[in-house]
Amino acid sequence: MARRPFDIRAQPGFGFIALITFFALYLPIAALVAYSFNAAESLSHWEGLSLRWFVSAWQNTAVQDAAIRSLMLAVWAAALATIAATMAALATTRTAPYRGLTFKYAFINQPLMVPEIVTAVALLIVFSRIKVWTGYSGMGYLILAHTAFCIPFAYLPIRARLESMDLTLERAAADLYATPWKAFRHVTLPLLRPAIIAGFMLAFVISLDDVVITEFVKSGGQDTLPTYMLGQLRRETSPEINAIATVFLALSVLLVTVFFFVNRRKP
Amino acid sequence: MATAAETAKHAEQEQVRRRWLLSTPALIIIFVAAIGPLFVMLAYSFMAKGDYGDVKFGTFSLDGWTSVLFQRDIFDDTLGLADAHLSILWRSLRLSFYTTVLTLIFGFPTAYFISTRPPHTREIWVFLVTIPFWTNLLIRTFAMQQVIRNEGLVNTALIWLGIIERPLQIMHTDVAILLGMVYVYLPLMVLPLYASMEKLDFRLVEAGYDLYASRLQVLWRIIIPLVKPGIIAGSILVFIPSLGAYVIPRILGGGKNMMLGNLIELQFGSGRNWPLGAAISITLMAMVMVALLVYVRNATRSGAGHG
Amino acid sequence: MRWKTTAAAAAIAVLALAGSAAAEGELNIFNWGDYTNPELIKKFETQHNVKVTVTDYDSNDTALAKVRAGGHGFDIVVPSANYVPIWVKEGLLLEARPDQMENFKNVDQRWVDVPWDPGRRYTVPWQWGVSGIGVNTKVYGGDINTSAIWLDPPAELVGKINVEPEMTDVLFATIKYFGGDWCTKDLEVLKKVRDKLVEAKPKWLAMDYSVTEKLPAGDYSAVYYWNGAIMRSRLKNPDIKFGYPKEGYPVFMDSVAILADAKNVDNAKLFMNFIMDPENAALISAFAKYANGIKGSEQFMPEDMRTAPELVVPAEFEKAGEFLTTCEPDVQELYTRIWTEIQK
Repeated sequence: MARRPFDIRAQPGFGFIALITFFALYLPIAALVAYSFNAAESLSHWEGLSLRWFVSAWQNTAVQDAAIRSLMLAVWAAALATIAATMAALATTRTAPYRGLTFKYAFINQPLMVPEIVTAVALLIVFSRIKVWTGYSGMGYLILAHTAFCIPFAYLPIRARLESMDLTLERAAADLYATPWKAFRHVTLPLLRPAIIAGFMLAFVISLDDVVITEFVKSGGQDTLPTYMLGQLRRETSPEINAIATVFLALSVLLVTVFFFVNRRKP
Repeated sequence: MATAAETAKHAEQEQVRRRWLLSTPALIIIFVAAIGPLFVMLAYSFMAKGDYGDVKFGTFSLDGWTSVLFQRDIFDDTLGLADAHLSILWRSLRLSFYTTVLTLIFGFPTAYFISTRPPHTREIWVFLVTIPFWTNLLIRTFAMQQVIRNEGLVNTALIWLGIIERPLQIMHTDVAILLGMVYVYLPLMVLPLYASMEKLDFRLVEAGYDLYASRLQVLWRIIIPLVKPGIIAGSILVFIPSLGAYVIPRILGGGKNMMLGNLIELQFGSGRNWPLGAAISITLMAMVMVALLVYVRNATRSGAGHG
Repeated sequence: MRWKTTAAAAAIAVLALAGSAAAEGELNIFNWGDYTNPELIKKFETQHNVKVTVTDYDSNDTALAKVRAGGHGFDIVVPSANYVPIWVKEGLLLEARPDQMENFKNVDQRWVDVPWDPGRRYTVPWQWGVSGIGVNTKVYGGDINTSAIWLDPPAELVGKINVEPEMTDVLFATIKYFGGDWCTKDLEVLKKVRDKLVEAKPKWLAMDYSVTEKLPAGDYSAVYYWNGAIMRSRLKNPDIKFGYPKEGYPVFMDSVAILADAKNVDNAKLFMNFIMDPENAALISAFAKYANGIKGSEQFMPEDMRTAPELVVPAEFEKAGEFLTTCEPDVQELYTRIWTEIQK
């Protein structure tokens, strides 16, 4: 396009509001990170740089336990959700509409549509009864609940990739008398890998972030990092919480960045 | 010929069967840990409440549903409207609406700004919106608290600048909840808006200017109608979670300014009225479903329009 | 395939870590937030090689609801005196017979034959205290020995008040404010109580749980809250003063009990015996700043606790304090309905 003195794309003030928005998006996060390096005992004033709250959070066994539990839960839930979602995606793409297809879409995406608090109390009702009946109150309930709401997140990128995938290679494999399994294993799966990784990571982040459902489903001694923080936030908040939040934040940013680059690299 | 058709039909049936088998794990997990419990909750809303929480199993009662809207006066036993519930419902609707409007006011120019950057830098801007979005909601709410509390960033800055003498009381008010929700849900507005603006055909804008339209007219008559699907998608995506917000009002509202999510929790906790809690949950869900229907109808209509 | 190996390795590492975190024995404590000394827990963990987790609750009703729902997984709970009979009646507590434990001899006679648990067959004392007024005297300089501070707040304090989210304490003080008796069924008094609370609530800022941080920091200027927390606030900010409502204020005791469906009963009993040791009881108090009911624990406590205005009741206000008891079920129901109306 020839350069014109009049920029048709410009709208007065939009750039300014956009910059304010970006500033506002990052200001609280930046403040939080800054405060986590504050040496002071109290959250409200500044006493110079220090790593003491990171050290004290690191040594806090409750934080350690909660962090390990969060990671373990996220690995399990994301893995199970990715497997289930991959299978479901294979079953619902690249096909002529068949009876039940719309039903499956709605079903798989259902966790996205119901407010979290509603699912949380519904699970509380059902799981607490099952816990009493079976006498089992381990991590299984949390893993199951997390897997369920992670499935739609893992499903989305995998389905998108499958929809846009070239069928020629698979047909070629079939022409060469490969069994469906072999064709999947050696042709479809490698092509699908970036989407599966993306789906797994999305599910992982979603599980790691969940607070509401976990809060209602957890049994005694099953605090995850977010529910531990929620408990802390309502009462005396030690600056430790800033340090924990900062580490958590760094982890999320790292994951999103990796996700961004995995997704961007188009094969 | 007949056999060939039969084999084909058979193969097709086999295909469908395999597809059902493949989707079974996902369907079962979601049924057990998401959809099934909702039906149990529906059943619970029609039972009598237990003395200390739970329900009297199998005892039918409509009390849970009537007490969503009505309450019996403690002292003269007359039946009146449950103003407490109505005011919480009203606050939830009002705050969700304000949140949607405010995120639109800030999100629209931002999305427009991003979509008018050179293509290679757009991704970076989008990425900058995505990072807060993937950051833990709890952490973002907590960060907001550190900004707006009495000795927080905003008040300290305003006092330092000499604009105010005593800190503004923002924490524990509706304004705090509103600020928190706008902050947390803003990316949900920007991303769909950007998705539809990215496809904006600027030749139409140029045509508008050729016909001597002012910038405002171009914005109002050309750009906004073209990105309307994005505006609606963003609004719904912000409105729905706002309506069901629980963590944000719990932390920023100080246990006093409740929204529907907190009212539900109260009934399952110290309120000890599970049927009422179940009935409110289903009411909330129904409201969300209505919003979603609007969205789906809009999406299909605009889809058909483009087709 | 390398990413797969990496992912698998990471997963195994995480799971292995989780495995090693489990100690030999476990103990799950369900206690009020900000109430348990981490040092006490650490000491118990090393002494008995037990892994302890503490989960918070914010009111007697919340704790009761969570445990009543079932499948909670807790071993120990710390209900207030007036709630203990409900827990017992609902069959939620184990008759652990702490009265036969080795350290029971240390329990102050005053706290042995208590009405909610005669002879201490279910519970042992954790801490006791009162609900009173905490005011930042820089903001308000008038009389603070009255419930009017939060029921009819002076202009300086409107919109700056935090009230504890505990039904019985709030209703108790309000009933006393109108000259009624605790557990009264007098509808005239109760109507006044309800109307006053409905009228006062908009003048409060919060009904929250973060007093030890937000009162000294100036987020709140006045609170109706528990004395220990107010003392902790005063230690951070000397402008905070404590007031005893002259109209009447509740005295509480929270007691440690073992849940009927506890999984780690032996460890829970060890813990009960452990906290009846004066040195350990002193650790409890040193953190939360309430008295504990164990003889001989004073000598292990910090000096400032023996003279604290929050803990040593002045003679003129001694009469106004009254121990919270459990009301009849129908009265309880009535109170719950009033409370629910205010909560919304």
